[in-house]
Amino acid sequence: MELVCPAGNLPSLKVAVDQGADAVYIGFRDDTNARHFAGLNFGPAKIAEGIKYAHQRGVKVFVALNTYPQPSGWPRWRAAVDQAADAGVDAVIAADIGVLDYASEHHPNLRLHLSVQGSATNYEALRFYKERFGIRRAVLPRVLSMSQVRHVIENSPVEIEVFAFGSLCVMVEGRCILSSYATGRSPNNFGACSPASHVEWRETPNGLETRLGGVLIERYPQGRNAGYPTLCKGSYRVDGHTYHAIEEPISLNTLELLPQLVESGVKAVKIEGRQRSPVYVEQVTRVWRAAIDACRRDPAGYRAKEEWLTELGKVSEGTQTTLGAYHRPWQ
Amino acid sequence: MTKQPKLSLGPIAYYWPKETVEAFYERIAESPVDIVYLGETICSKRNQMQYEDWLAVAERLSAAGKEVVLSTLALLEAESELQRLRRICSNGRYLVEANDMGAVQLMAGKPFVSGHSVNIYNERTLGLLARQGLTRWVFPVELSHESLADMQLRRPAGVETEVFAYGRLPLAYSARCFTARARNLPKDDCRYCCIDYPDGLTLSAQDDTRFLALNGIQTQSAKTFNLVGEVARLRSLGVDVIRISPQSNQTERVVEVFHQCLTDQLAPAEGQAILEKLMPVGPCDGYWHGMAGLERRAQAAAETLI
Repeated sequence: MELVCPAGNLPSLKVAVDQGADAVYIGFRDDTNARHFAGLNFGPAKIAEGIKYAHQRGVKVFVALNTYPQPSGWPRWRAAVDQAADAGVDAVIAADIGVLDYASEHHPNLRLHLSVQGSATNYEALRFYKERFGIRRAVLPRVLSMSQVRHVIENSPVEIEVFAFGSLCVMVEGRCILSSYATGRSPNNFGACSPASHVEWRETPNGLETRLGGVLIERYPQGRNAGYPTLCKGSYRVDGHTYHAIEEPISLNTLELLPQLVESGVKAVKIEGRQRSPVYVEQVTRVWRAAIDACRRDPAGYRAKEEWLTELGKVSEGTQTTLGAYHRPWQ
Repeated sequence: MTKQPKLSLGPIAYYWPKETVEAFYERIAESPVDIVYLGETICSKRNQMQYEDWLAVAERLSAAGKEVVLSTLALLEAESELQRLRRICSNGRYLVEANDMGAVQLMAGKPFVSGHSVNIYNERTLGLLARQGLTRWVFPVELSHESLADMQLRRPAGVETEVFAYGRLPLAYSARCFTARARNLPKDDCRYCCIDYPDGLTLSAQDDTRFLALNGIQTQSAKTFNLVGEVARLRSLGVDVIRISPQSNQTERVVEVFHQCLTDQLAPAEGQAILEKLMPVGPCDGYWHGMAGLERRAQAAAETLI
């Protein structure tokens, strides 16, 4: 099983490689990828340097070009595909049908992965992308249960990669525009969810309020740590009750499911977090490398070690973790 | 002379009792819509209307001269859902609206419509799907009229463009059921509680701003998107079909107002004023004007004058 780690910059890429990632995924410095944040990502020189560093150590580099170009932006995505191919990346991770079509036509030897933003939750959809564009791998949205993941893999014409750790989307990726409803910018149209440009922090008599695009996302009483106002993780009122109506501010951690993921035939596990620091990348990569190696040596005796969970807990959003949809008992 | 757009009625996004659904379409049969999309698009557990029941409604509407399109689920996970999808895709009589790439795959080589949950953001995507059999597509709701103009210049011959023009906006899909969550029920024992919310369950921010509507696994806008004031632009952009999304009350009135505005019996501004009184929460049109979706351009313009 391949360990795929995030890198928002060269220092992160290097620590991911040094700590045992099998592949590192990166993005360009514009809206062609879904982590289009100021100060993040790779220009041409850094890409070349990153690829050289990784390849010298036997580690692959994937480039995410996983947003949806509109007609006016099309030349930028076309150039990004060409640039990735010319730089010698090991795969492009794309979501848009037009981008996949262009890449498969103009760079037939370029390995293509379907991004999680492509929203493929069933094997009929995977057949579409395989037959039209020859994709070799797909990343599944974080909404499927373990048995559903297994069923997709049994019928899938391509390798399957799943999210193992990091921030949790409770919505089907590629089909959520909550962010643009409040701000005008979404992962699909801009490459960012709940963008920092639209965040406000206000001290009020009710405590600290966080807003996104003017919408009140959360209120923190004195003394409580305030979190980033991701739209789907706020506290809202429904029928007179105030609660996390969509999702709690917790993150995904599937460390204890690792033997099941291996047994079901998952080809690669992905760590979320290109926007996170090199320290995060280093710690998470180290723990997951150790866990995968332990699971490989002795699958039957594998247990998620307490020290691993403690280490991961320190870098998790909201410091709490969940098995997400994977542990859903139904279906 | 520019062509007159047709009016369509989108699938019912909510879970209504069978008698309500049947009575609704009896009234729609008499209304001036040209195209009716039928079927469950949100949750496969909703079982008031079975496949045969939908076909009976389809028969009735066809007899009344409507073009019927069978809609399909937006989120396909279980094998049972794929089996139902295959049955719809091979119905052999009615056009099918694909709402997932799985449905697009099953429809390859046959004519189909793509719904708003299929991401078509550029002409290369549209062109490829047209070669697979796509004959009509629904423009993504988060894009502006400027993007639509770009797409209309480049769309393949013979492909019709449909624009979502009225209704609570479809914003997200999840594996989690937010209506069951609001009732403190697990999804696998949801007790079909979304039948209690015929327009979805409104969610507010803590300052009581009504923000979203929970509809099972779907999240919608609390505000109702409305382009009735833009019919002239829709026509000049060569839009072929204007879609109205059903709400529990007064949908026939909404259809009538759009029809009157399209046929110049009613001024668009008047139509807009009428429709704004029929909405569960209030209007928005920000996406169409390249702004945040919840904005309303008329209001935003007024505020800049203050």
